[in-house]
Parts: sequence; C-alpha cells; structure tokens
Amino acid sequence: MYIIQHRKFFFWLTGLILAAAIGAILVFGLPLGIDFTGGSLMQVEYPNGRPALADIQKQTELVPVGAVSVRAFGENAISIRTRTMNPAEHEAMLIAVSGNENTIELAYTSVGPALGSQFTNKALWAIFAVILVIVLYIAFAFRKVSRPVPSWGYGLTVVAMLAIDLIVPAGFYAGYAHYTGAEVDSLFIVALLALLGYCVNDVIVIFDRIREHLNKNEKEGIRESFEDTIGKSISETMTRSINTALTVALALLALIYFGAEATRNFALVMLVGVVAGTFSSITRSAPLLIPLANWFKK
Amino acid sequence: MTRFRVSAVFTLLIGFLLAYFVWSTQADPTSPYRFKLGLDLAGGTELVYKADMSQTADGERSGALSALQGIIERRVNLFGVAEPLVQTEQASALSGTTEDRLIVDLPGVTDINAAIAALGETPTLEFKLITNVTVDTTTQEAYVPTGLTGRFLSKATLGFGSGATAGLIAPEIILNFNSDGAKLFEKITSENVGKQLAIFLDNQPISSPVIQEAIPGGQATITGQFTATEARDLVRNLNFGALPVPIVLQSSSAVGPTLGSAAISAGVVAGIVGFVIVSIFMIAWYRLPGVIAALALAEYLAFMLAVIKVIPVTLTASGIAGLIISVGIAVDANVLIFERTKEELRGGKTPREAVHIGFSRAWPAIRDGHLTMIISGVILFWLGTSIVQGFALVFVLGVLASFISAVALSRVFLLAIVPEEGRGAWHFLLGSGFRQASSYQPPASSI
Repeated sequence: MYIIQHRKFFFWLTGLILAAAIGAILVFGLPLGIDFTGGSLMQVEYPNGRPALADIQKQTELVPVGAVSVRAFGENAISIRTRTMNPAEHEAMLIAVSGNENTIELAYTSVGPALGSQFTNKALWAIFAVILVIVLYIAFAFRKVSRPVPSWGYGLTVVAMLAIDLIVPAGFYAGYAHYTGAEVDSLFIVALLALLGYCVNDVIVIFDRIREHLNKNEKEGIRESFEDTIGKSISETMTRSINTALTVALALLALIYFGAEATRNFALVMLVGVVAGTFSSITRSAPLLIPLANWFKK
Repeated sequence: MTRFRVSAVFTLLIGFLLAYFVWSTQADPTSPYRFKLGLDLAGGTELVYKADMSQTADGERSGALSALQGIIERRVNLFGVAEPLVQTEQASALSGTTEDRLIVDLPGVTDINAAIAALGETPTLEFKLITNVTVDTTTQEAYVPTGLTGRFLSKATLGFGSGATAGLIAPEIILNFNSDGAKLFEKITSENVGKQLAIFLDNQPISSPVIQEAIPGGQATITGQFTATEARDLVRNLNFGALPVPIVLQSSSAVGPTLGSAAISAGVVAGIVGFVIVSIFMIAWYRLPGVIAALALAEYLAFMLAVIKVIPVTLTASGIAGLIISVGIAVDANVLIFERTKEELRGGKTPREAVHIGFSRAWPAIRDGHLTMIISGVILFWLGTSIVQGFALVFVLGVLASFISAVALSRVFLLAIVPEEGRGAWHFLLGSGFRQASSYQPPASSI
C-alpha cells in the first residue's frame, strides 16, 4: 500500500534518476567501441613490468596511423586503440610499443568500418524487435484481463518501463566509461538485451498477480478498487522480487570479482540494471497502471 | 507419495549420471565430448573476409561462395592448423544489400599477420571480354566478365614458348580447365571470334590475346611480361587455388593463449563461487525448500553442462556469462514457487496441499516470464553476431532447462518428502526468513 500511496514520490524519484542517467549520457556520451565504429584494438602485456603509459604513447607515434589511445589493461598490460590497421601497420605498432621490453601480444582485434556500422544496425534492430515481440506477447497473455485497463495497456506500460530500465544502466555506463576508459562493445548490447528479458520477467510476475486478483474478484463478486488490487499485488510479490534480484546480483558479483576481465564490464552493467530494474518494477510498473486506468475511465 | 519418491530417486540418479558424464569426459583427454572452447578462451585467430560479388551474377553467388570456401579450406590446411573452421555467411535483410562473408577460425594460431599473409596470397583469376562501349560521344574499352573464373581451373603448369623475338624463350602459364570450365571456354571463344579476351590475375590484366578461333579441350595459355621466377610462383599459387571472386579482409582478431586460459579459470571460479553463494542464501532463507533448490540447481548445472558437451556448443566468455545468468533465472522459478507455498501455508493449508497449490499458482508467472525470455533469446540469436549468439544460445538453453528444473525437479523433490499432515517442525522447515510461518498472519498492509 505504501508504494501506491506514495506513488507520486516514486514517480518523482524515478524522474530524478532518469534525468541523471540521461544527463550522464548527454554530458559524457557513450564512447562506441570498435565493434560499432571499426578500428583496431590490441592488448599487449609487459611481463617484466609496464613502462609509463606516456612513454608508450610516445612510442606509438612512430607509426603513422593517426590518433592512438593507450590505456592500462589489468596489472602489466596495455590496451591500444587505433583506426583499422592493416597487417603491416599492426606489426609496426607491436614493434614500436615493445621498444627494448619483452612483450606478449595478448589479443588483437580489427574491425573494418563497414562491418562496424552493420553491427550498429543489427543491435538497434535486435532491441526494437525484442521490445515489439514482448508487447505482443503480453497483450496476448493478458487478453482475458480487460478491465479497467485493456490488455495492450499492460504491454505499453512494460515498454515505457523497459525504456527507462535500459536508460538507467546506459547512463551509469556513460559515467563509468568516462572515468575508466571503458567502451561500448558488443557485450554491452548483450547486457542490455539480457536486462530486457530479466526486467520483463520481473514485471510479468507482478502483473500476473494483478491478473489473478482481478479474475478472482470478478468470479467471486468482490468489489475492490483497482488501487487496492495493485497495492496488494505489489506487497505480495515484493519478497520474491527482492530475493530474485538478490540471487542474480550475487551471481553477478561473483562474475565481477572472480570472472574474466572480458566479462567484467558486462557484469557491472547487468548488476546496475538488475538493481534499477527491480526497483522500478516494484515502484513503477503497477503504479503506472493507475493513471492509465483513470484515463480509460473517462 | 510413493510415486514421487520413486521419481525423486530416479531423477537424482539421472543427475549423478549426468555429473559423472561431465566429469569423466573432461578427465579423459581423448574423449570426443570435451568442452569445445571458442577462440577467445582457447587462443587463436579469426579472420572475416568479405567476398566481392559485384561482378558475379546473382544465380552464381552461392556456387562461387562454396567454391571460395573449398579453396580457402585447402589453403588453411597447407598452413598446418589443427581443426580449422571455414564458414560462409550471407548477411542481408538489415543492410539492404546482401553481403557474402567468409569466416576463418584458426585455433592455436596467434601470429595473425602470418595467417593473413598465408591466406591472402591466393590470387584471383578472371577472364573478361573487351568490348567497345560508347558513352556520350567517346568510345571506351570496357571489360565484360564472362563468368569464367579461377573456380573452373583444374590445374596450372609452367611452360616455355618461343617469345616474340626469335631465340628468346618466354615463360608461359598453361591453364587447364575442368569439364564445366572447358565447355564455358569453348562457348566463349566460339561466340567471340575476333574479339580480345583479357586475362586478369588479382584484378590486373595480364594479357589480352585476340580469339582466333573456337578453342575446345579446355586449355588456355597466358604469356605475359613475367620472369621465370614470377611465372613459377604464379603457377604454384594458382594450383593452391585461384579464387573465383576477390576477397577483402573485413575484420580480424587474435587471442593469445595466456589471456584465454586466464579467462577459463576465472570463469570456472566465478561459476563455482556464484553457485555456492546463491545456494547458501537459498538455504538460509528458505530452509528445507532452499536445500532442495540447491540440489535442483546442482542437477540443473550438470544437465546444462552435459547438453553443452553433447550438442556441442562452443563455449566463449560471453557464453559462460549467459550460463551464470541463467542460474539466476533458474533460482527465480524456485523463489516464485516457495513464496507461493509459504503464502498457502500461512493461509492455513497443510504442508502438502500448500506445495501443490504453490506450484500451480506460480505456474502462469513462470510460464510467461520464461517464454518472453526465450523469445528475446531467439531474436538475439537470429540477429546477433557471433559474440551475441554465443550468449543467446546458452541463455535460451539455460532458460529451457530452468523450466524443467523448476517444474520437474523441485516439485518432485518437495512432494517426495513433505508429509500429508505435518505440524511444528514442518512449518518451520517450509517457512522462510526470520518470521515464524506457523500461524496465520494477515498479509502485510505496509512494509
């Protein structure tokens, strides 16, 4: 009941978080990785200790490939990003950054610009397609529930939610990337898409409870305000929502602390998304149905 | 009750067998069911080439692409790689134009530049007719593709003919076509007597002899301005495989063995730690059902790993991430059921009744939630690039397995041990958190 009574407060709080996330995206921007823009990325390890980054940066200028960004990668390694290099440039760069040091090339990835823009297209389509199918499925799954909100209203509410659920972790990542030099790679898109699935599941559990109560009330002729039904449904599913988020968060924390370097940023985005998503499905998904119901009453 | 006990013992037995299968096949280095590791974990090189089909008729594209695949495979084998993988991919729909790609995976190869050089040396061979085309008022020579390409070549040999200047010996390359190529060559030459037929090697016209007469038998000779050494190298490269269409390197990536093995051990540690923490949490909060959930989870993992081995799914870092997240999803189904059971227990039902009703009440939410996740996973797989697909495949399998685990395993285990009538201890065991579930409490009116 608490959440329903104070839904205005939670709407405002959400608005504030959303504004902060959008602000972070606008101010810091989301730095696109080579999966999107094309380019080359190489990780080089110095087993005997890493020289100063500024020195390495200076060495890279020996190879005429335009702007080069050099960042620390793990303990003893660096990560170098350039425009798409050809094999000769790649070899020259490796020699340049090695200097007199012993080096091991841990990984090298090079993506042509054409492939990069195709990936961007694909990623946008994937998100769009997933959202569309989810709306259709929810409209179908709730087809027997039509009062006081038609079944597609549930679908629309979910979409409004999902948009916010994706913007918050994206905003977090914009800030995170600004300070750590992380980039938006294909795993970031994977994280957003996995979050879509997770958050929808979260909302569906609450909506399922509303559906159950509405059906029961109708069958047994119980008169109850829509607000009470929603409040009851949220309270009843709250423990489940929090516990599930907690277990997923525990698994993600394990992935952050013990997992591979490659999946660390992925797990971090997921973690923020799961926490934000759970908060938003508890405080907003169902409460959003109330203004919708009032609107349909008119 | 007996029925559920028999099923419970049976499913436990299957779980043990699956776990044994996973363990024993991994311990045996010769087993065909060892985990297949992706290049990011095992170390290796991946090269993605775009096949330039702009000169190829639409109907011949797939033929040219498979010919290309065969030739690159031969080149890769010469390079000496264990278990190389050469795949073709036709990307379309989204970008508007179709694009044909060739993906070459070279496990264990970390010298990316050597690999590119070894594959890139393959020449393209094309025959084009020279015609005069009038654009506006100027007449230009234009090259018209004939469809005769290196794809139809069966063998190239080095020969020496007498050059233009008497006494000088000029090296020449004798091309022998296969039967299709011979027919095509005869048709082209018979229809175009008097015209020039240009021979292109790596997009450079090498010679453009005039067709004197129809040439049956499928043999052509190239005489160009090359030295004996150049001619010998060309013959060798042509025999390794002349490409039917030119290819352009679009993306390449190489992962060294150290980064890969670090990723594997990190993934395994994260998986084990994640599983143990989640189990501890479940047991602490849900008591007896928590123990059952942990058991079901272990069996779920054994099942997933066995499926990954048998299909086999190539494991990548993103695939391992998908697996760990699917563990979280599998727990959710259990949480839903246990919360429902607890509510029914609070409502005054007997433990067994509560379990039955808990499962049936939780079902619609589990069904809708899992279905939407499976749908999103399928779309991801359908639209994704290889790294996204690695995640999506494991994720979809994991969600499917979670369905089975929640409905078949947890339910059967619980019903096998929860008695018909039970008070006191059973209420405690089926309760949760820090509150007693033994007496009815009105639903919380506020938190």
